[in-house]
Amino acid sequence: MSSQEIPEKNLPSEQDTAHGAVAVAEDPFADPGLPPHKPRVQDIDERAAKRSERTVALLFTLSMLSTIGFIASFVAFPVEKIVYVWPLGHVSALNLSLGVTLGLALFCIGAGAVHWARTLMSDVEVADDRHPIEADPVVKAKVMSDFAAGAEESAIGRRKLIRTTMFGALAMVPLSGVVLLRDLGPLPEEKLRHTLWGKGKQLINMNTNEPLRPEDVAVGSLTFAKPEGLEEDNHEFNNEIAKAALMIVRLQPQDIKDKRELDWSHQGIVAFSKICTHVGCPISLYEQQTHHVLCPCHQSTFDLSDGARVIFGPAGHALPQLRIGVNDEGFLEALGDFEEPVGPSFWERG
Amino acid sequence: MSTVTDAKRKAPAGERVADWADGRLGIYSLAKANMRKIFPDHWSFMLGEIALYSFIIIILTGVYLTLFFHPSMNEVVYHGSYVPMQGIRMTEAYASTLEISFDVRGGLLIRQIHHWAALIFLAAMFVHMMRVFFTGAFRKPREINWLFGFLLFVLGMFTGFTGYSLPDDLLSGTGVRFTQGAILATPVVGTYISFFLFGGEFPGHDMVARFYSIHILLLPGIMLGLVVAHLILVFYHKHTQFAGPGRTNKNVVGMPLLPVYMAKAGGFFFLVFGVIAAIAGLFTINPVWALGPYRPDQVSTGAQPDWYMGFAEGLIRVMPGWEINLWGHTLALGVFIPLTLFGLVLVALAVYPFIESWVTGDKREHHILDRPRNAPTRTALGVAWITGYVIMLLGGGNDIFATHFHLSINSITWFVRISYFVGPVLAFVITRRICLGLQRRDKDKVLHGRESGIIKRLPHGEFVEVHEPLSQQQLHTLTAHEQYAPAEIGPSVDENGVERKVTRGQKLRAKLSKGYYGEGNQIPKPTADEYKEITSGHGHH
Repeated sequence: MSSQEIPEKNLPSEQDTAHGAVAVAEDPFADPGLPPHKPRVQDIDERAAKRSERTVALLFTLSMLSTIGFIASFVAFPVEKIVYVWPLGHVSALNLSLGVTLGLALFCIGAGAVHWARTLMSDVEVADDRHPIEADPVVKAKVMSDFAAGAEESAIGRRKLIRTTMFGALAMVPLSGVVLLRDLGPLPEEKLRHTLWGKGKQLINMNTNEPLRPEDVAVGSLTFAKPEGLEEDNHEFNNEIAKAALMIVRLQPQDIKDKRELDWSHQGIVAFSKICTHVGCPISLYEQQTHHVLCPCHQSTFDLSDGARVIFGPAGHALPQLRIGVNDEGFLEALGDFEEPVGPSFWERG
Repeated sequence: MSTVTDAKRKAPAGERVADWADGRLGIYSLAKANMRKIFPDHWSFMLGEIALYSFIIIILTGVYLTLFFHPSMNEVVYHGSYVPMQGIRMTEAYASTLEISFDVRGGLLIRQIHHWAALIFLAAMFVHMMRVFFTGAFRKPREINWLFGFLLFVLGMFTGFTGYSLPDDLLSGTGVRFTQGAILATPVVGTYISFFLFGGEFPGHDMVARFYSIHILLLPGIMLGLVVAHLILVFYHKHTQFAGPGRTNKNVVGMPLLPVYMAKAGGFFFLVFGVIAAIAGLFTINPVWALGPYRPDQVSTGAQPDWYMGFAEGLIRVMPGWEINLWGHTLALGVFIPLTLFGLVLVALAVYPFIESWVTGDKREHHILDRPRNAPTRTALGVAWITGYVIMLLGGGNDIFATHFHLSINSITWFVRISYFVGPVLAFVITRRICLGLQRRDKDKVLHGRESGIIKRLPHGEFVEVHEPLSQQQLHTLTAHEQYAPAEIGPSVDENGVERKVTRGQKLRAKLSKGYYGEGNQIPKPTADEYKEITSGHGHH
C-alpha cells in the first residue's frame, strides 16, 4: 500500500536544470534559459516615461478629489433623499454618491499604483533559487537526538505512572467545559409534541383577530388562524405560532377522499398545520381547483382533499390535521391538540 | 573624531527608527529574506488576492457595523424613519438594521459593502481553489496549505450564513428555520442540538446574540489565524510558476516584492475595495426592509440563500421525501441525506490532494504548475465536481427558473435529480476528450510547427500549407511537463515462485493509476528523436 513500492522508472525523471547554451542538435526541447529582457517604451523614451508619471499623478489627484467629494456628499445629501437615476431607478442620493466617490477614491489609488508598477518600475525578471522544504539528514538527526535527550531527561517513558495520570488529567479537564454547555438550552422532553391548541380553543382569524364562524370560510379561500389567547405582544408569540399556525380551507364534503379527514372536518371545513413537515417553512400557496397547497420554500406539495398527503417535493409525511367543530356560540373551535407533532421530522417523533 | 560624530548625526531618521526596531524585533533578518522576494506573474495568481482583500474589507466594514447593530431579540415597536414599518413589532436586531440602513449616514453603504464583499470573498475563494486544483498547485509541499484554504472556504460559508441571519428579517429567519429543520433531522441528537443552539424551541430569544458572537468573534478569529498561516506558507514555500524558458522546479522567476509587488498587490487591494464600494453604491443587496421582520408563520415566495449556500438548498429541494419510522423513531432521510451529501461534497475537495499523491506515489516537491490539459483525468474530475455543484445550484433556484422561464417546477426538479448523476459523468468524459485533443494539438505543433496560413504550390502542382517551426523556447514550454507511467501490481508470484500477497489497496491503486496515466488516458509527449526524425527533412512535411 505504501508508495515506496513504485519503481523509480514509473516516476517521470527529474527535469534537469538547463541554464546557458545547450546544443540544440543534442536536445531540441532543452531549456534555453531566461529570454532576454524586452524594454518597454518607457525604458527607452523619457517622454513616454514622463507621460506615465503624469498619468499616475493624475490618478492620485483624482482620488484626492473623490475623497473631498465623499465628504461633501456626506454633508450635502440628507439621509432620506431619494433621487431617480437612470437605469438604477429610485435610489438613495446619499448612498449612491458616497459609494461612487469612495469607489473612485480607492480605485484611483489602486490604478495609479498598478500603472506605476507596470510602466515605470523595473520589469526585469529575476530568478531566485528554491531550497527543499524538508531538512537535510544532518538536521533531522540532530532534532531526533535532541528529542530523544529531552524525552529521556523527562523520564516520561520510564515513569509510566506519571505519564498515565497526566494523560488522564488532560483528557478529563475539558469535560468541565462540556458540562458548562449544558445550560445552553432546556431538554426537548415533549415540547415538540404539544402546541397551544386544545379542546375548546377557538380558531382566531389571523388577519382580523376575530373568532371564525363556519360561514366566514368561503369555498376556495385559504384562511390562516391562531389559537384563542395567543396575542402578538405575548413574549412567547413566535415560539408558539411556530407550532400552532393553522390553515383552513372549505372543501365540498363529497370531494374529501380521506375518511379520517372527513370525520375531523366541519361541513367540509378542514384545518391543517401551516408548518411544512419538510424543514418547517410556513405553507402559503393554495391552488383551489386541485386543493393542493405548496410550500414556497422547497415546493413540497400536499393534497388537502386527501389527508394532506405529500404528492410532490421533499416533505416526508402528510401535514397534521386539527380536529375541529363548532361551539355553542357558533364559532369554530378545536376538539383537541394535534395528534402528532407538527413541523419537521425529528428522531423522537416516532 | 569629528568624522565619527558627523557620521552619527547623518544617519537618517528612518534608519534610526529601523535600527531601534531591529534591536528589539530583528527586522533586518526578516527583511533580508523577504524584502526582495521574487514572485512569479500570471493573471490567475491574483484570484487569491481578491479573496484576501475582500476578507480585509469585510473585517473593516464589520467593525463599523458592530458600532450600530444591536444583537438582541428583545421586541420593540418600530418608530424609526422608514414609514412602511412604523408601528410594527420587531426584534431590536431588525430595528437596528433598519436604523443602519435609513438613519445612519453611510450606514447603508457600509452594510452593502459588507454584504457584497462577503459574496465576492466566497466567489474569489471558490475560483482561487479551482485555479489551484486545475494547475496541480496542491501537490507536495502544499497539501497542508490546500487544507487551510479549504477550511477558510467552509468557515467562510458558515460565517456568511450566521452573518446574513443576524438582521432577523423575514428572509433570513426563513433560512434559519430551514437550518433548524435540517438539524432536527440528525439522528439521535438532532433535537438536543437544536434546543441547545436556540436556547429552547425555535426561534427562541437567544439566536441573534449567539449567532452574533459566532459571526463576529469565533469564526472570523479562526479564519484570521488561518489566513495568516496560509500566507506564511505561501512565503515559505515560494510561489509556484508555469513552465517556460528558464523556469525550473528549482527556481522561482519573477519580479521582487519591493517595489513591484508592493505596488501591484497593494494597488490591487485598492482596486478591489474601490470596485466593491462602487457596486455597493450602485446596486442594492439584501433589502432587509422589503419584507419585514421574521415571523415563523409568514414567508415570501422566491426565498433564496446567498449563492454559496445555493447548492445545499438544491440538495434539500430535489431530494425525495424518504422517511423511515421504526421502533418509535423517525429517520428523516429526505433531509438527512442532503445534509450528509453537503458534507461529503466538501470533504471530497479536502482529501483530493492526498488521493492523487497516493495514486502517483510521487514523493517529490512540485513547484512547476500543470497545464490542465496535461493532467486530463484530474481536470475531468474537477469539471465533474463543478458540474454536480452547479446542477445543485440550479436545483436551489428551481422556483426562480420556473417563474422566469415559465417552466414546470416538477420538470425542473426531475431534471436536476437525473442530471445530478448523469451530468458529472458526461462532463468527465467530455472534458477528458477535450484535454486529450489539446495534448494531441500540442504534440502536432511541436513536431510539425505552427500553421502559418501560407499555402505553397510545389513544382509538381501539389498545394501544401507552410508550417513554421517553433522556437526553442516554445518547444521547451510545450514539452516541459512530466508524464507518469501507470503503477503496476507486478507478478502474482515472486522470483521463488511463492505467491505474493497483493492487497486490495494495491489493486485499487493500480486500477486508478491506469485510469489516470494508462494508455489512451494521456498522449505521450513528443520525444527529441521523433522531432529530429521529422525535422531532418526526409520528405516529410
